[in-house]
Amino acid sequence: MSERVNEKKKPAPADNAAANPVAKAKAEAAMPALGFTGMLRWAWTQLTSMRTALFLLLLLAVAAVPGSLFPQRPANPSIVTQYIADHPDYGKILDSLQLYDVYSSAWFSAIYILLFISLIGCVVPRAIAHYKAMRSQPPRTPARLSRLPEYGTLVIPADAGIPASDAIADAAAKLKKRGYRVDVRDDDGARPSLGAERGFLKEVGNLVFHTSLIGVLVSVAAGGLFGYSGQRILVEGDTFVNTLVGYDQFTPGTNFQSSQLQPYSIQLDKFQITFDRESKGKFGQPIDFKADVTTRETPDAPAEKQVLKVNDPVSLGGTSIYLTGNGYAPVVTIRDGAGNVAMQGPVVAKLQGDNYYSSVVIKVPDAKPDQLGFAGFFLPTAFVTEEGVSFSGDPELINPQLTLNSYFGDLGLNAGSPQNVFELDVKKLTPLNARNLDAGGITLAPGTTYTLPDGKGTISFDGVKRYIGVDIHHNPGQLYALIFALLAVAGLVTSLYVNRRRVWVRTGTHPDGRTMVEYGLLARGEDHRLAAEAEIIRGLLTEEWGLDSRTASQTAPSGPEDNGPAESVPSGASGDAATESRPEDFIQSTAGSSESKKDQ
Amino acid sequence: MLAINETMGQYSELFMLLAAGTYTVAFIAFAWDLAKSSKALLAVDLKAAAAAEASAAATSKVPVGAGVGAGAAVDRADSDVSGPAGRAERPSSATGRASNGAVAGAGQTADAGMRYAAERRVPARVAVALTVLGAVIHGAGVVTRAFGAGRVPWGNMYEFLTTGAFVAVAVFLLVLIRRDLRFLGTFVVGLAIIMLVAASVAYWTPVGHLVPALQSYWLVIHVSIAVLSSALFTLTFAMSALQLVQAHRQKTIASGGADKLGFMRLVPSALSLENLSYRINAIAFVGWTFTLMFGAIWAEKAWGRFWGWDTKEVWTFVIWVVYAGYLHARATRGWTGTRAAWLSIVGYLCVVFNFTIVNQFFNGLHSYSGL
Ligand code: HEM
Repeated sequence: MSERVNEKKKPAPADNAAANPVAKAKAEAAMPALGFTGMLRWAWTQLTSMRTALFLLLLLAVAAVPGSLFPQRPANPSIVTQYIADHPDYGKILDSLQLYDVYSSAWFSAIYILLFISLIGCVVPRAIAHYKAMRSQPPRTPARLSRLPEYGTLVIPADAGIPASDAIADAAAKLKKRGYRVDVRDDDGARPSLGAERGFLKEVGNLVFHTSLIGVLVSVAAGGLFGYSGQRILVEGDTFVNTLVGYDQFTPGTNFQSSQLQPYSIQLDKFQITFDRESKGKFGQPIDFKADVTTRETPDAPAEKQVLKVNDPVSLGGTSIYLTGNGYAPVVTIRDGAGNVAMQGPVVAKLQGDNYYSSVVIKVPDAKPDQLGFAGFFLPTAFVTEEGVSFSGDPELINPQLTLNSYFGDLGLNAGSPQNVFELDVKKLTPLNARNLDAGGITLAPGTTYTLPDGKGTISFDGVKRYIGVDIHHNPGQLYALIFALLAVAGLVTSLYVNRRRVWVRTGTHPDGRTMVEYGLLARGEDHRLAAEAEIIRGLLTEEWGLDSRTASQTAPSGPEDNGPAESVPSGASGDAATESRPEDFIQSTAGSSESKKDQ
Repeated sequence: MLAINETMGQYSELFMLLAAGTYTVAFIAFAWDLAKSSKALLAVDLKAAAAAEASAAATSKVPVGAGVGAGAAVDRADSDVSGPAGRAERPSSATGRASNGAVAGAGQTADAGMRYAAERRVPARVAVALTVLGAVIHGAGVVTRAFGAGRVPWGNMYEFLTTGAFVAVAVFLLVLIRRDLRFLGTFVVGLAIIMLVAASVAYWTPVGHLVPALQSYWLVIHVSIAVLSSALFTLTFAMSALQLVQAHRQKTIASGGADKLGFMRLVPSALSLENLSYRINAIAFVGWTFTLMFGAIWAEKAWGRFWGWDTKEVWTFVIWVVYAGYLHARATRGWTGTRAAWLSIVGYLCVVFNFTIVNQFFNGLHSYSGL
């Protein structure tokens, strides 16, 4: 299908090449090895070529794929560690290839950075060229309009009294009204003509699109530098204050400063869940989460009641707060052997299985004489199978139960090394209660108390609260990324749907006194509506001159259909424009003015 | 939250099955049309060839293809600066006409404009009528599903498939109003049948509420645009595949080979296929850009970050880049035609992959497929 790819013009005249950096660069690209600067220029031309851009784009697509095949560190560091442990043979090799950090890897970055350099190298000269094009006149009238993709002729009868120069002025006025930029040439001569162009926005759109892509990338990078995020668990009644110590977990951006944190506060008043009681397949699934919170922008600002939901974050102090998790927190009171309250409050139970089957770990470092530890499960609706396996039959608190083992000894909290609050290391502890001990395990319903063996103390199950997990994010790049993305889309749509076209009209006087008009249209880039445009212009002109559009010409113009590239030429049919010879010299006079001859 | 209506859900499933049945008959009619019309066309061709031979001596035709081709190049000298090196002029109306003139005659193809021709193709009409009927029933199935669940019917794989199949058929029928794309009938209807069967057999899910993460108006916006774009990509995929076959056939015939693929006469020339699929792909690409953006906005609302390289996000991005590559290819010298068609096909394979494999076997934040 090589015939479609147009031969790129004939050798340009020398002055043209000087004004045309790309053509010049291309000429040089054809014969590299012209010293160091020549090489550099050659490399630059290659990098900014369409082919390279295409190649880099496809490479980017391919390079993005492994990130979906292997676990990624930023999302799931622990899974990556596990993956490496599970695949001792190649896990480490993949790591050295940065396949667990694909999107920050050297190779992925290299591709998109090259792509964006290429993009800049392409956009800048194009923007300059387009700026010039927008300020210059439409190109000169080609000698043979009949060679243009859309061509037509009109004949104004001699008695209409419209000479060639008036006809061109009329055509100019019509085209101007249609949004064309029009330049009339030679209007006192024997063969006045005009050149017209419209659709400059197409190129502007394309440039805006590509530039905005750079904007999106920069905004994303800026967000990574100046943003931060963190997590916190809030039990009903708890208050979070936005300071570093307020977070359970905190991830600062590279340029983060703690002074960025605005000390707002947010208190969880109540958390409600609605469970699905209707559909069979999903019975008991949560279908609505709703957290009532009280917020203060600053420590002394007035309190405000707000609702936090999934898909509906609360914005506060430049951050957004998201509801990301929830569960039950049984409230317990533990007294030590001396009868003093060693611990009292809610304990966050970690989800383990269906229907809020959750694990519970309680560490009581303040108990005397020995520190106490508890580990076990919390079930909102406890059931026990015949084999003695307990499970939760419903997500709601129908029959809440705490089943625990207890230990005493040194919890190891004083050593200073950080511990996971959800895990109890029992190696150095002595078990007190467990199913396999004489004392058995502890099973508590709300409002009950259990006395530990050996006078170690008591544990009471006072009630159950709910907790939520919130993510707190601050991303200053986000808004800009959105703005650039919207700009990009606007540019894309403009670039795809604005058509850039040129129209030329030439008039002349036949020896018998009739005024002969011919016009031609040319599209730049994709334009499936060029034929329709030709029809419209024809209509405008015939209307202007009061002609009958069907009889006004000597040759058949392009077909009446509007779009589709070739449809004005029904294939194989005879008697249409395709087979009729077009007059080389429709307007009788010397063929081709001297200036337009250059074009041929 | 509206209550679940199980009866509606059951009606919906019945409608889906009826629709699949109607489509199956339509499929047979489309296939019959292809077989029958290619024979009829062959006969017409033979007659025309004989007539042409007779008149060839009398009229000496002007090879307009060459003339126009050269004419189109008139003004290219200064268009050069506006593009980077290696930029091709896209196949446009001018060049399109030129090559069409060249292929006309031997190895006949259907009308390049994909307009309806005067002659009646009875099986094709029956097929379209049946497809319309099937689509009406199918639409009823989608609507009853929506009422049964009390929300938009695209919250799990079953619903993506049934609604997606409906949108694909509806888009096809809409395009049929203006263009004679009946040659794509077997493909589109066949795909709809596969989707409906897969939904009913492998992904069946009773009507139910949405998980909280999906309860957002962004579900309505983001997913509907994604499904629409995918339906358009489906059409262009079929056209690009046909384009490859047609290009091969045209080449064989041009070099004097035998025309082994007679039914391809019903299909327009490779170039017209490319041009129309480019236009549809351009619309779909804009749609996909919105899908990506709205997805990011939704992700920001739901998860607190607009982009996190979740598997679904990765693949949406990959698809976007592949189709951006396709648009570039159409403007790159040496990449138009067959290569561009391959990119369009690869892009569609990624769409399918994203929908099937990624939804099922990769777990990420998007794992709500209801499996
Ligand atoms: C690497 C440097 C790039 C160069 C040199 C480049 C060049 C171009 C050019 C010249 C066009 C216009 C084609 C025409 O006039 O018909 C174009 C269109 C387009 N580019 Fe790029 N581009 C680059 C990067 C990108 C990137 C990174 C993307 C997005 C992933 C992209 C997406 C598009 C799209 C979607 C179009 C189609 C819009 C239209 O047809 O007007 N480009 N590009």
